[in-house]
Amino acid sequence: MSDALYAVGIDLGTTHCALSYVDLGRSSGDEIAQDLMRVPQLTAPGAVEALPLLPSFLYLPHPDEFAAGDLTLPWDRAPQMVLGKMARSVGARTPIRLVSSAKSWLCHPGVDRRAPILPLGAAEDEVPRLSPYEATVRYLAHLRDAWNHLHPDADLASQEVTVTVPASFDPAARELTAEAAQAVGFAHLVLLEEPQAALYSWIHESAGEWRNQVRVGDVILVIDVGGGTTDLSLIAVTEREGALELTRVAVGDHILLGGDNMDLALAHVVKGKLTAEGKSLDPWQVQALTHGCRHAKETLLMDDTLEAVPVVVPSRGTRLIGGSIRTELTREEVRRTLVEGFFPEVPASARPAARSRAALTKLGLPYAQDPAVTRHLAAFLGMQTGATADLAGFTPGSTGTFLHPTAVLFNGGVFKAGLLAERMHQVVNDWLASDGAPTARLLEGADLDLAVARGAAYYGHVRRGGGVRIRGGTARSYYVGVESAMPAVPGLEPPIQALCLAPFGMEEGTDADIPPQEFGLVVGEPVRFRFFGSSVRREDQVGALLEECSPDELEELEEIQATLPAEARAPGEVIPVRLRASVTEVGTLRLEAMPRTGSEHWKVELNVRDSAGD
Amino acid sequence: MAESPPSLFARLSVALDLFRRVLFDPHFAAAASELRAGWSSDRAGTPRPGLKEAEPNAALQLLGVLQRDGRFIDFLEENVTAYSDSEVGTAARVVHEGCRKALRQHFTIESVRPEPEGAPITLDQGFDASAMRPTGKVVGEPPFNGRLTHKGWRVTSVRLPQIAAGHDLSILAPAEVEL
Repeated sequence: MSDALYAVGIDLGTTHCALSYVDLGRSSGDEIAQDLMRVPQLTAPGAVEALPLLPSFLYLPHPDEFAAGDLTLPWDRAPQMVLGKMARSVGARTPIRLVSSAKSWLCHPGVDRRAPILPLGAAEDEVPRLSPYEATVRYLAHLRDAWNHLHPDADLASQEVTVTVPASFDPAARELTAEAAQAVGFAHLVLLEEPQAALYSWIHESAGEWRNQVRVGDVILVIDVGGGTTDLSLIAVTEREGALELTRVAVGDHILLGGDNMDLALAHVVKGKLTAEGKSLDPWQVQALTHGCRHAKETLLMDDTLEAVPVVVPSRGTRLIGGSIRTELTREEVRRTLVEGFFPEVPASARPAARSRAALTKLGLPYAQDPAVTRHLAAFLGMQTGATADLAGFTPGSTGTFLHPTAVLFNGGVFKAGLLAERMHQVVNDWLASDGAPTARLLEGADLDLAVARGAAYYGHVRRGGGVRIRGGTARSYYVGVESAMPAVPGLEPPIQALCLAPFGMEEGTDADIPPQEFGLVVGEPVRFRFFGSSVRREDQVGALLEECSPDELEELEEIQATLPAEARAPGEVIPVRLRASVTEVGTLRLEAMPRTGSEHWKVELNVRDSAGD
Repeated sequence: MAESPPSLFARLSVALDLFRRVLFDPHFAAAASELRAGWSSDRAGTPRPGLKEAEPNAALQLLGVLQRDGRFIDFLEENVTAYSDSEVGTAARVVHEGCRKALRQHFTIESVRPEPEGAPITLDQGFDASAMRPTGKVVGEPPFNGRLTHKGWRVTSVRLPQIAAGHDLSILAPAEVEL
């Protein structure tokens, strides 16, 4: 282990970042000295404040837009871009210079994540643009500079840093996140899944009490609905040598659905009312309306006695009284839009409406087509019925139609609204009741906004032997596409078989076996392979060939690419190679091509550049 | 602020009184000795305690924050007599929500007295006259007995933003030009 003084946890969220840290010298066992770093950031031109969260927004100012010195940070006299609260507020007025949701783009398989594509829709020659990867580097660099400014004796680069990623992040997005963290200099880096971080935070908050609140055989369902994404995980409570152990047994799909969608939905309801009254809003006013609706919603959800809360869209000019538009948000509208729209009571057999894949779709984020979180959860639990089958202490072959959680842990700002958490909990319990299973209890006590950063920092302490660790390894098995050897039929694509490279549950720092199948790589030419992942095929071993697989079981990921350098070989020569998978200490998947003889090996790229972008 | 020096008669009265108290009160003697030691340097250097100009930067900064978050200046600069109460009320919500958020973000404010307004209150000898204000029939010697009419406000911490050197604080809100 390193000689780090602190274990630092970074929650790199879609809408907010947070950094928490544990003072390792003053912590042992359940006694933890933990703190949250308030992040200095511009809140207005010329004003720097330290806030608990860093909004994940980045603004690319015009050189003449701000007075000299007005963008000064404690550690930088003339930054070229603005991050945080001011970026968000200035960007509301000038959206063509605002980068937002970079994290969702980092996990977007349809784009080249290293190409300067953000801000989306900005003219290339008029506004400087960044890649989703570069934006991630910038957020991390801001946190690093802030930390180093506040801790001049403990450079962040040499601390134990845990960066969280959604459990549903694919291998390519994980690798990009790890690369970004390494690019800002983090020498002791690990990645941690956000729902696991939330559970670590709950364990930490319980100060040792957690051992009395769960028992062997429990399945904890973590429902994490943040600003931009919904992330689901199942964590089983097992036992080893008399001590409780936690095993993450399943993670959900990447669902772009979060609190921002909910605020936007409310704003649209209210905007509709205004339009009916003949009042139209410009984009800035819609933004202000969304803000007003968020405030009104929070007030309504906190106070049961209120039936309606006024929402005012202020004028942009100085005529505040004469120019503002007043309307109101009612309890019924909130209930209909949020509770019934996003958390409808559906049976356990419900499934989300499928996304239609139009051939010519506008370039944009693949937002969830179905806004119902409950339907996404039903699909997840229905798919994972076998998740605990291999674990000791669990009833094998559960008789139900879906996996039965016994406890629920909520995370994410959305659940600050008690009404939404109650509805979600009640829906899960209704499903359990219809299957004749006991109700799932609520694990309470975690801070919904900061749990991920706190849990990540605590994880750094745990890794040094300071507490219980969640096991589980990779939550998917991985496959490469192989064309089956059969005579070519004109007009028909040769059928594809999937060759298993990495089994389910590979732990950090382990190598998989090498499958015997060989592939021909052409020296000096990039060769692409189709790549697949499965979150349910737990039993496949390396080398297994799947003839036919339903798309429910096997999800196609982005293509991977191997390039053999032409050193000491004739370009065009075909070299037979085998593919080996490993999981790095950081927690990323690594694929290598190895020739039949010799000790050479070449990295297979998970993040393939779009050929159009080269 | 020029004060005329006291007359000879008044000076004689002070001198005799001081002589008596220095002689019979050891604590007073010690204080007088301290005053005498500091007197010459005091006269030459630092001005006497009195009034000073308030530093305008923090005030400008706060006005800027209240305008930005709560449209404070817009609201006060508008002529309210031209509008109905409901129109003023609509705008007041914007100001109230924004200014309240700004206030809570930058200051921690609590009431001076925890008792509910209307509760009986006793002001003992030596009460803090800047935090507690007796009103009405203010006669005699403490303890004073009365009722709490306003529980008071006290700032317990201030968290104003850091300002960039050279930032023009006199601009409370820049003029906006949409391109």
